[in-house]
Amino acid sequence: VCFIPGGLDCSISFVSHVLGKACVHGRQKEILGVLVPRLMDLTKSDCIWQRICWRLVECVPDRWMEAVVLGFVQRTPGADVLSRLLGNLVVKNKKAQFVVTQKLLLLQYCHTTAVLQNLLGYLALDGLRRPLLTKVLQELLETWGSSSAVKHSPPEQQLYISKAILICLSHLKEPEIESCRQELLTSMMEGVKCHLDSSLPQIRRLGMIVAESISSKINTDGPVLKFQYEEDDEARELKSLLVQTPPFCVVPSLPDDDRNEKADAALPLVLESDKSHTAAPVTPVEESDAELDSDDDLIPYDMSEDKELKTKAPVYIRDCIEVLTGSEDVDKWEATVKALESLVRKNPAATREVSVELAKILLHLEEKTCIEGFVELRQRAQVAVLTTDPIPVAKYLTSQFYSLNYSLRQRMDILDVLVLAARELSYPKSHGKTKHSGAQKPCIQLLPGSDSSKDWRRIVDERIKSKTRRFATGPSQGELASSPNEFSSVAGHFFFPLIQHFDRPLTTFDLLGEDHFVLGRLVHTLAVLMYLAVNTVAVTAMGKALLEFVWALRFHTDSYVRQGLLSCISSLLLSVPAQHLLEDMTEELLETQSWLGDVVEKDPDGDCRKLALQNLLLMENLKKKLEPVLS
Amino acid sequence: MALPPPDPQFVLRGTSAAVHTLHFSCGGQEPDVPILFSGSENGFIHVWNLKTHRVDVALDGHGRKSVYCVQTMGGKDRLLSQGRDQRICTWDLAEGRTSVTDSVFTENVGFCRCSLLKVAQGRWLMAMAAKATDEVQVLELPSKTSVCTLKPEVGAKLGMPMCLKLWQLSCGSQPLLLAGYEDGSVVLWNLSMGKALSQLVCHQEPVMSFDFDSEKAKGISGSSEKVLSIWSLDEQQNLQVYKTHKLVNAGISDITIRPDKKILATAGWDHRLRIFGWKKLKPLAVLDYHTATVHCVSFSDHKNPSERLLAAGSKDHRISIWSIYSQT
Repeated sequence: VCFIPGGLDCSISFVSHVLGKACVHGRQKEILGVLVPRLMDLTKSDCIWQRICWRLVECVPDRWMEAVVLGFVQRTPGADVLSRLLGNLVVKNKKAQFVVTQKLLLLQYCHTTAVLQNLLGYLALDGLRRPLLTKVLQELLETWGSSSAVKHSPPEQQLYISKAILICLSHLKEPEIESCRQELLTSMMEGVKCHLDSSLPQIRRLGMIVAESISSKINTDGPVLKFQYEEDDEARELKSLLVQTPPFCVVPSLPDDDRNEKADAALPLVLESDKSHTAAPVTPVEESDAELDSDDDLIPYDMSEDKELKTKAPVYIRDCIEVLTGSEDVDKWEATVKALESLVRKNPAATREVSVELAKILLHLEEKTCIEGFVELRQRAQVAVLTTDPIPVAKYLTSQFYSLNYSLRQRMDILDVLVLAARELSYPKSHGKTKHSGAQKPCIQLLPGSDSSKDWRRIVDERIKSKTRRFATGPSQGELASSPNEFSSVAGHFFFPLIQHFDRPLTTFDLLGEDHFVLGRLVHTLAVLMYLAVNTVAVTAMGKALLEFVWALRFHTDSYVRQGLLSCISSLLLSVPAQHLLEDMTEELLETQSWLGDVVEKDPDGDCRKLALQNLLLMENLKKKLEPVLS
Repeated sequence: MALPPPDPQFVLRGTSAAVHTLHFSCGGQEPDVPILFSGSENGFIHVWNLKTHRVDVALDGHGRKSVYCVQTMGGKDRLLSQGRDQRICTWDLAEGRTSVTDSVFTENVGFCRCSLLKVAQGRWLMAMAAKATDEVQVLELPSKTSVCTLKPEVGAKLGMPMCLKLWQLSCGSQPLLLAGYEDGSVVLWNLSMGKALSQLVCHQEPVMSFDFDSEKAKGISGSSEKVLSIWSLDEQQNLQVYKTHKLVNAGISDITIRPDKKILATAGWDHRLRIFGWKKLKPLAVLDYHTATVHCVSFSDHKNPSERLLAAGSKDHRISIWSIYSQT
């Protein structure tokens, strides 16, 4: 398409129509792929061409405007180019304004970060368009801060909105921030609350990053908000969005970068300068050899016994109990905590006599001194006690789970210990040392992550893989020595008490209400226990109870809980023998199947949909397995 | 093949409280009995007869508050003691008397032991921690007049003085004061001008104790950490770190250099006494007898070198007496 330059009054509306029609039919790539670079070059310095270009897009009919604008936004390599090509289209044309400020930002979330940068940079570049930028920011913040949006919208959309917010912030200048400082502060407070309430670690982190960025913008001097979270690529990418390196933009480069660097380290940095203030530089003056060594006539004594002083840990379990409950001697207390697990494992008979007492002490044990890895030591000791004497200790722990006056941390500890002990009991002993895997990382953050579910999911995936047909198999692993599954006799004791009282609220603990995070953990724990109960006698009864439990909670609003429920179904399908499933639970299974179908289609959370699909596949496999039997 | 460390020559029992301070007085001629003074946490000062190994007298002058410093003033008949009742008392012990002749109310609630220096016949200088947290006051005894008050400059943040030592290079020269502070530094003060001549940061933790050899102008200090620090004083009255020595276990309560400047002893929180050669800080022996922190260590002033003794007082209520390296 070639234009005649020079003074001719040409009508471009025909071209606009063609462009619009082509774009709406999905041919954006082809036509804009040619047009945009050409226009880019032409409009670089020539005002007339710029105006021609603006006329071109303005004349596109409203019904095709969206496609054209979207195409342009996606194709242009930078915000400044977009500004040259579109001009003030968004101000003049209502439809374009709607597309740019509402549709692309709030209603869609499939676009890349580059598109966002283009869009928002475009809005920031011209004085006429800047008010739109502030308007956009306010709307984004409203969405970001609304608790229903946080609960129900998919994580991908939330990430998209967070990115948009950060880019907007990076474009705002000081006077603009001044004018809307109060609103920024209020929306930040509300938003951060909803985000931290969420059970998904990714959402929490998004909230923290955005809140930190907002706070650093509105309090340029003075203390800024700073959270502790795991740095990974996503976090770094988000933070890099705050800094603009625009060749044409007038926005001054922000001091955010330095502050972000400091915010990065979750561990306190020991400043090296502190160390230099200490001992003055040692000047080792060489003793002149001329001085006679009259020290030589002093013969040293034997000093081989001189070793570091170590407090001895008690050797008997009952002594340990004494030290942990009463002793004022902190050295002894520390030594006891460190030695307890191995003592318990070496003296099972002695432990069995005092197991419940020991479990009680450990559950209430608080950190007296600063030992490294205290939480892990305590947990390992608890697991050791539980595996040595499963039934009474499990009874105690599960009853305490539903008792008054325990902290959330303690209740979750109980769940973690039950899972770890169950795993240990169900693994064959000859498997070498029991895996104290990093699956349960005792986190000291705001709310600990649910690592057990990730690790567990990996196991389920492997199991599913093992059930799919293979045409060629590699050499199988060497046969592991088999030994009786110790978990089978106690599985019921672990499982049923946990499932019993979930709907009875206590004054300090309401699983179905505020404490939905603990409910999520409980559900995941039940899933693991179910999974580990494969081939045990109680497995069918467990399966039935679990199915009822899942059915009651299936519409829970928290996506972490829903993920847990779906994991429960998976373990159920994997652990309960197929015959029993068919005989005892046919109706429930059919209902579950239709529920799963619903979840696959309508659930906002991607992980839930994936799990539901997996479950449906498992059910299909089951059916196929049973077909030859039935027919 | 090194010999195993020796056992204590004898052990004094009977204080029934932790022993915080020891002082020998064995320089007298026959028929004077060698004496060891000990101050305990229950406020008593025991006068031990080193021939019979029994307590001769128990002095009660600090209202049952812990006594943490005892020193003689020119012979065993005059004793100076400092206690947690904020008083420093002088005693007259001649001819069997046991009376407090004088006392100074220090208004200081710390643990800093005072330091005595004889400047003339019958006249003494005494340095002690004063009422304000980081000040040191020097009094003249027996007149109890204040000679000077040593205040660190504003913002120095030295903390409490932990240990003091008055010394003069030779009789009649300027008395100087070395003070170890809570922040780990040692400061050399000039008394006549009341100014600090030099400050050296030796440790990162408070200086628990130090001793100074005025002939060699070298000192050694111990702290609650694992390092002993040896420093020297040069011509310009500047302190410099000479070297450091790493210990096996952290924590030193007391350091003393033997009067003949050949060896030194440290009392450790790890219940052990360590003996080093003073010239090069060569480790010589580790004496492991006590079952709790050793609070104080002291060398005797016997005229006859072969009779010299080392005493250590500990939290386990015992005083161990050792005869070690007495042949040199």
